[in-house]
Amino acid sequence: MQKDFILITLADDDEDDRMFFTDAFEELKINTVVNTVNDGVALMNFLNASETVLPNIIFLDLNMPLKSGIECLKEIKADSKFKDIVIAIYSTSSSEEDIENTFVLGANIYIKKPNNFGKLKEILSEVVTLNWQYITSGLNKDNFLLRM
Amino acid sequence: MKLFLKTDSLFLAKKILEEKLDAFNIKYNLINTNEILFLENIDADTYQKITSILNEYGFEIIENQKNIIVEKIKETIIEMVFNDEVPSVKSSVYLAEKLDLSYGYLSNLFSEVTYTSIENFIIIQKIEYVKKLITHHNLTLTEIAFKLNYSSVAHLSSQFKNITGITPSAFQRILKKRNEIANQNIN
Repeated sequence: MQKDFILITLADDDEDDRMFFTDAFEELKINTVVNTVNDGVALMNFLNASETVLPNIIFLDLNMPLKSGIECLKEIKADSKFKDIVIAIYSTSSSEEDIENTFVLGANIYIKKPNNFGKLKEILSEVVTLNWQYITSGLNKDNFLLRM
Repeated sequence: MKLFLKTDSLFLAKKILEEKLDAFNIKYNLINTNEILFLENIDADTYQKITSILNEYGFEIIENQKNIIVEKIKETIIEMVFNDEVPSVKSSVYLAEKLDLSYGYLSNLFSEVTYTSIENFIIIQKIEYVKKLITHHNLTLTEIAFKLNYSSVAHLSSQFKNITGITPSAFQRILKKRNEIANQNIN
């Protein structure tokens, strides 16, 4: 009835972060298919390509070259074909203002990048598990706010 | 005159499945003729239509027995949380009685299928209900805490923050700002 894996896209210009991220997902209980892009322009091109199967969650770095995470967030939120995608901001900033602003702009999740791999796995596992409940249990996605 | 035919049932099954599924405009993979993998989420309405059309052609949908029990557990919990009727017994006892199965069995099965525990699922649903009350009914947190049988507003707030990472009042403020932006865009 439901597909049994979660499609994930990560947009981050830092190669090490991308690697940690994909490694962390390989160790989770829930099956995930992860693809990564290096900047905001690449992300929007990927999402707008006709052959793309849209991801369930996008993890979005705020500081990226060419197009920032905030610009991507605004574009994604302005297009109704992306309305089912959960947006997780993935950033080094812990400024309260940044955080509240991304939520107001429509982000569902705000993750402060952790400084060790164990913590990252823990956070991603919690995010994906909770998101799984949203996919499978008819929870209201408009009310989905999570700060980690 | 008579025609003598030979049929290939696998070929037929594949043809029918492709023809019917293509009509729904959904991305899928046929793993073989007895397994369909949907590459996107299917809403309940479409799911209903697909199963009924496939039934017409003699395909029987074999749903996993485990999933059926898990769905019943979820339904019971959602009813329990959203009906404001606090069961007089512990929720573990309540679920075991309602489903006529041992709580240990239900609990293991639930974790296996949903990747979360029954206890956690109950909390998620309670928080979902709190969110709904905050956004749709404009109740104060004191009223919500009372309605949902929390011992105090502090207990409600701390559970909310524990699960969502933000306080109920920040949640309220964010949704309010979102609404304002949405209304500006309409005007």
